[in-house]
Amino acid sequence: MDICSKSLNITAEFTSGLQILFNNVKKHNVVLPETDEPWTLGLLLIWIKDNLLVEKEKCDLFLKGNTVRPGIIVAVNDQDWELLGNVKYQIKNNDNITFISTLHGG
Amino acid sequence: MSSSCLVNNEDTFNDEEISRLSLEIELLKQELNKKTELLKTKQKKCLTKLDVSRYSRQIILPEIGIEGQKKLKNASVLIIGVGGLGCPSSMYLASAGVGTIGLVDYDEVELNNLHRQLLHGQCNVGMRKVESGKLSLSRMNEDVNIVVHDVQLDGYNSLDIFKQYDVIIDASDNLVTRYIINDTCVKAGKPLVSGSAIHCDGQLTVYNYKGSVCFRCLHPKPQSPETIGNCASAGVLGPVPGVIGVLQAMETIKIIIDHPNVLYNSLLLYDGGDCNFKKIKLTNVKRAGCLCTRSTEDIVITMDYEEFCGSKANDKFKTLNLLNEDERITVIDLNKLISQNQPCLVIDVRKNVEYDMCHLPFSVNIQLNDLKREKTLLELIKQINSYSKTPNVITICRRGNDSQRAVKELKKYPQITKKVNWIKDVIGGLNEWSMKIDKTFPMY
Ligand SMILES: [Zn+2]
Repeated sequence: MDICSKSLNITAEFTSGLQILFNNVKKHNVVLPETDEPWTLGLLLIWIKDNLLVEKEKCDLFLKGNTVRPGIIVAVNDQDWELLGNVKYQIKNNDNITFISTLHGG
Repeated sequence: MSSSCLVNNEDTFNDEEISRLSLEIELLKQELNKKTELLKTKQKKCLTKLDVSRYSRQIILPEIGIEGQKKLKNASVLIIGVGGLGCPSSMYLASAGVGTIGLVDYDEVELNNLHRQLLHGQCNVGMRKVESGKLSLSRMNEDVNIVVHDVQLDGYNSLDIFKQYDVIIDASDNLVTRYIINDTCVKAGKPLVSGSAIHCDGQLTVYNYKGSVCFRCLHPKPQSPETIGNCASAGVLGPVPGVIGVLQAMETIKIIIDHPNVLYNSLLLYDGGDCNFKKIKLTNVKRAGCLCTRSTEDIVITMDYEEFCGSKANDKFKTLNLLNEDERITVIDLNKLISQNQPCLVIDVRKNVEYDMCHLPFSVNIQLNDLKREKTLLELIKQINSYSKTPNVITICRRGNDSQRAVKELKKYPQITKKVNWIKDVIGGLNEWSMKIDKTFPMY
């Protein structure tokens, strides 16, 4: 069975203040449509920019180049994406993908 | 003649006795000091009866025991920032009997600190934070040695301070200081208990502990200043840094007693709004080429950290100059225009909640972000048209940055610029109004 050709149900979470870029909604239940290519985190970032980001002109508060801007930590099922291959990680059905803005106040 | 001679003899005798006594007292004093020191070292090595009763409720825990309490008594902890995080963490550590606590801060206590910085009381406003902190902590536990470092931490002074301590707590409020603290901990080989809080969110982790990653492994590139919120502009609910600060004390105690489950290679997230805790597993592999992979002598910590981050080593406000001088007025000008009944439309461009908090009675509120909206613009034009004489438009905000942005935005629309005399902003905003015109106007 080719898992790549099926659509995927995932949750995308934006926390620690990042939710303001997404209409103040923290948790988004998302269906990623069928594609020829497997869904990777890299592709998801672009998809989020096109489909979830509210103010497109504030894109640089979320992305820089083909990855997230410095200061954002990405976790898949509560694991840092650095452990999983970063943008190359292949998304699986029911994955929970969390975007965390690092805080510096105190 | 003879009588004076006699007095002189007696004087000489007295002088001799006085200096002999002085010397004796001096020697006794030295002896006393020696014995006091000896007593202190003896007391430090073991727990006194008073210690045992004072800390009995925690000594009873198998994780602590007599050995753990002795470790706490001999431990030294440096806390950087005596603010929202540093207050609760130092309170719990002092109360738990940590022998030495160092406090680093370069600020004074402000009225708007008191809702979250519980070491400082109303009467301490204006006092150095380290002094106010020391006063309160000593009141809680006079056995703890509180050392104050009233300095602005930088790459030149940090190492000598850090070397004197076993564990470092990052309770600072800005990115520049966080890099300085991290790099110094890496160079000095000290575990770093890092906490942060803003709004309703908090974060906690331990860096540089038992070979774990450092702050720089996770953040090799500093994030740009416009993506960083701070407590002064974004606000913070007091219990949020309270929660994180208390957790920092907890992890510090665990490090001191060598507890097996210290929070390293993990990041704890606290969402106060949802009352939710989440733990993220971080990589345990140091980033290739990171500062922490070098040998100690090759670690340089005297870089220009402010330039590296593109921001300042404090969470203070930065004044911008976006407009020309003739596009701006002072609060004194504004006061004059209003008292002369000149036709002026004063637009307060702060957030609605800030306007609700306090505003000038003659101002209307249009949030900066709303200025772009077509509906808002139409309303605004209607308002401008309602004046019998051509009005001036004046924008004002908290401190005079957003009001400049608002002028720039308004000048984009000829349908507005054509119908007004001029559009200007107020230098220094409402804070300046509060300082120069109306002292009762709240500064926040
Ligand atoms: Zn590192």
